[in-house]
Amino acid sequence: MPNVEEKYDVVIVGLGHAGCEAALACARMGLETICFTVSVESIALMPCNPNIGGSSKGHLVREIDALGGEMGKNIDKTFIQSKMLNSSKGPAVHSLRAQADKSEYSRSMRKVLENTEHITIRQAEVSEIIVNDGVIGGVKTFSGAVYHARAVVLCTGTYLRARCIYGEVSNYTGPNGLQAANHLTDSLKANGVEMFRFKTGTPARVDKRSIDFSKMEEQFGDEYVVPFSFSTDPDSVQKEQVSCWLTYTNEKTHEIIRSNIHRSPLFSGMIEGTGPRYCPSIEDKVVRFADKNRHQVFIEPEGNYTNEMYLGGMSSSLPEDVQYEMYRTVPGLENVKIVRNAYAIEYDCINPVQLKPSLEFKNISGLFSGGQFNGSSGYEEAAAQGIIAGINAACKVLGKEPLILDRSEAYIGVLIDDLVTKENHEPYRMMTSRAEYRLLLRQDNADIRLSKYGPELGLVSDEQYNWVLEKQELVKEEIDRLENTTVGCTDNVQELLLKLNSTPLKSGTNLAELIRRPEISYNDLAEIDPNRKPLKRDVVEQVDINIKYEGYISRQLKQVEHFKKLENKIIPETIDYDEITGLRKEAQQKLKKFNPRSIGQASRISGVSPADISVLLVYLEQHRRL
Amino acid sequence: MNYSEDTIAAISTGNVTNSGIGIIRMSGDEAIIIADKIFHSKSGKKLSDVPSHTIHYGNIVDGNEVLDEVLVMLMKNPHTYTREDVVEINCHGGMVVMNRILETCFKYGARPAEPGEFTKRAFLNGRIDLSQAEAVIDLINSKNELAMKSSINQLGGFLSGKIKSYRETILNDVAYIEAALDDPEHISLDDFSKKLLLDIQVINSGLENLIKTSDNGRILKEGINTVILGKPNAGKSSLLNVLARYERAIVTDIPGTTRDIIEEQININGILLNLIDTAGIRNTSDKVEAIGVDKARECASGADLIIYVVDSSVLLDENDKDIMDIIKDKNVIIILNKSDLVPVVDENSFKKIIDAPVISISTKTMDGVDDLEETIKELFVKGKIQINDELIITNLRQKNSLKDALKSLKLVVNSIENSMPEDFYTIDLMNAYEELGKITGESVEEDLANEIFSKFCMGK
Repeated sequence: MPNVEEKYDVVIVGLGHAGCEAALACARMGLETICFTVSVESIALMPCNPNIGGSSKGHLVREIDALGGEMGKNIDKTFIQSKMLNSSKGPAVHSLRAQADKSEYSRSMRKVLENTEHITIRQAEVSEIIVNDGVIGGVKTFSGAVYHARAVVLCTGTYLRARCIYGEVSNYTGPNGLQAANHLTDSLKANGVEMFRFKTGTPARVDKRSIDFSKMEEQFGDEYVVPFSFSTDPDSVQKEQVSCWLTYTNEKTHEIIRSNIHRSPLFSGMIEGTGPRYCPSIEDKVVRFADKNRHQVFIEPEGNYTNEMYLGGMSSSLPEDVQYEMYRTVPGLENVKIVRNAYAIEYDCINPVQLKPSLEFKNISGLFSGGQFNGSSGYEEAAAQGIIAGINAACKVLGKEPLILDRSEAYIGVLIDDLVTKENHEPYRMMTSRAEYRLLLRQDNADIRLSKYGPELGLVSDEQYNWVLEKQELVKEEIDRLENTTVGCTDNVQELLLKLNSTPLKSGTNLAELIRRPEISYNDLAEIDPNRKPLKRDVVEQVDINIKYEGYISRQLKQVEHFKKLENKIIPETIDYDEITGLRKEAQQKLKKFNPRSIGQASRISGVSPADISVLLVYLEQHRRL
Repeated sequence: MNYSEDTIAAISTGNVTNSGIGIIRMSGDEAIIIADKIFHSKSGKKLSDVPSHTIHYGNIVDGNEVLDEVLVMLMKNPHTYTREDVVEINCHGGMVVMNRILETCFKYGARPAEPGEFTKRAFLNGRIDLSQAEAVIDLINSKNELAMKSSINQLGGFLSGKIKSYRETILNDVAYIEAALDDPEHISLDDFSKKLLLDIQVINSGLENLIKTSDNGRILKEGINTVILGKPNAGKSSLLNVLARYERAIVTDIPGTTRDIIEEQININGILLNLIDTAGIRNTSDKVEAIGVDKARECASGADLIIYVVDSSVLLDENDKDIMDIIKDKNVIIILNKSDLVPVVDENSFKKIIDAPVISISTKTMDGVDDLEETIKELFVKGKIQINDELIITNLRQKNSLKDALKSLKLVVNSIENSMPEDFYTIDLMNAYEELGKITGESVEEDLANEIFSKFCMGK
């Protein structure tokens, strides 16, 4: 039987948030890229929460943007409410979060893909990977068509052998009733890939007209909206925003849940997958936090195009009738009409320790993967891995060194290092506390940290990069100027300080010293600093932060210096750990399993002690001299 | 390529006797810079200005305080043991002085060397030839094992319990802050800094105490840790007094007079013993005495040498069996005391149970005391008793960690007082958490994420 047979540089499997970034990166790097999706309508679908960003996730979006990715630009075009979270806290934890118009977000991303040169979109289910002697050769679809490629990126999200469950009802579908991909798992297993089964869940969507908002607190967006993308003109995102709403569960809600808990598939054992602890269903919260008498519920619009509202905080897999009963105990939801039920979803993903930090499989050359397939959760985590997997698939084809961001450079580096180095047994979510150098990895300086990689890869224009360089120069000049501009104890200075609730001067000082006071910012000093030239908002922000937190920043820089030393000690891939006699058994086994890229990575594997690292260093030196 | 790292320091002579000279060695990029901060040469020259491989006479100082009169040997890379800059301080032997100098090195920027680290660096920098790689690995492993044992020895249940509870408090507070930062719409940080400040004040005063006591603590003392064990009224305190040559311990004929441990340093033929007298071991209903008995057991487990005193005029009983059970794997000398009375116990009474020299003495008439001293010396010279130099360095490492933890927590207090945002606190809090973990041998890994997920309710 004759079958379709075609040849491309790169195959992308899946067009969710990871797949889109991977596809765009490859195509923008000039490679012929074919992308498979089970449904073209579901490109960049947001099947769960209707927002992008949030604590630490906002950082990821900024970093994706600095590398030349699309997520930030796309949400800037399609957001309906935006907020800078933690704005009263330190700059390291400021985090953007925007409510998206889901349908617009998806359509807008699809439009970008469809209009990017070198991208071919194909609706089909990939059922097999083709591997020859440990090297990827391409993929085969369910219909039998063969697509040859030199690199393949798997971004299957939650679709592999997906099963949606609520109560006693269980459907073998992907999210939103979309077709699951039931065959690829077998092909991966046959090629020696170790699979996990994870689960996650989503709350119900309800009809806006059935909600009584008068019983809820209204939540507004920020007055001044900061765009996600460094390339978005801030003026273009100042627009009218919609509101979200806050209400609470109560004892009655919890009572209903408790008395029906035996009907939950989670507790009855019908669900086998491991769910995330940080993102519990409402029944989970009621059981685990029994002493709390209420939980927050955020009512968020799914978009401007629809009346559907998302019930944030109340994901569930309880039966339909219980869902109705419990939702209707919540103030404002007494008469609520459900449009889509809440459900839990189970899916196959891989044990990500099988990946190198480049996101290439250790055992299959040319096969890459990103997103929920790698055991993470969240749109942003997916997109972050997607762009790296895409870039590195392209680098592989082009014969270039892979792009590996380390833990001191980016949240993306922390995310990937955690995935490939630590043994995760639940969907991995980004958090600012996972980044040990977070004072350096701020969302405001992602462009300064990462834009340098863009031009060489062809993902960031020279013009954009030059602005980053210029910005750095302006920041430096302005800090120098402030350090060298002295003010005396003149009346206008003292008056200003009093007005700012700051102690008056006892002797002369420079302007930088004043900015170091917690209560004073750069902009506050305009009237006593006549020589300042007009600077853009983002330049001023850098000046403020770098002066104010200088001591902390320089301490972290010092730690990074130490960290880099071990990180730059690369372990040859061909190392034979069985040959190293001084290692403890446990360390030997772990090192064999992980095959870490560097001494730094090795030192982060649990079960590998500092003494083991010393032994490893001695062995490497011995090897080097032979 | 040079394997360059931060600057390390350690005592490089396993100092045993009271006489002679001690050497403190520093190696690394900053060795000379640090030495210049703590060494005032009589010639007034800075070490950074003098040629390599020269010796200089002067004082080691900490600020204005002169610690010792020393000779300093300056060796610039690459012709040194580690191929890094090396400074060796030849000071007056004696653990107290050497410890002070070493601590001063740490204060000005060096860090305690890991077990076998000088040798490791020597190898990594190509100073030691390839054929010795295996030996280097063995050295690292054995030193490390020793260090781990020592640190377990030193950490009585009390100390480690305290440190664990400090760590728990810190982790709890960090988890709260992080959960709030991660989910600001659910968890509020209002007024949290007040609670945090209270927590830190409690921990800080605890840490300050620990640092203070570690200065005069038992573990810092040099010499062979020698524990005197035995049943009540066997004559342990009398033996201590005899060896110390003065009435150090109160001696009565009432069994159970010694209820706490009594320490004394004595010098036997140039070998320094850190003698510890303990409460007699027996089953007792007296609460105070029982605590003493427990302490005696604890001391025995960490001892280099045990002197087991038996009243030879009384038959062995269950309590003796208990004691022999505690000490059977240790270096032991058995003393048959009260040789002036009619003996009912002799050498043969122990033969099958415990392999140890047995000496008859009378603390009353001083008969046999010379034999005891000779036996101790012999055991030492033959290498049967070894002083555990890792014990000393481990202790300094632990003290260093306590100090670093305290420093980090003080920075948190600073941040709170300067009304810095809450996310700044956690950086230093985690540093303190990690430092304290080094003492109890616990690593950080996923602690924080686990704590956040288990205690706080967050999510979509």
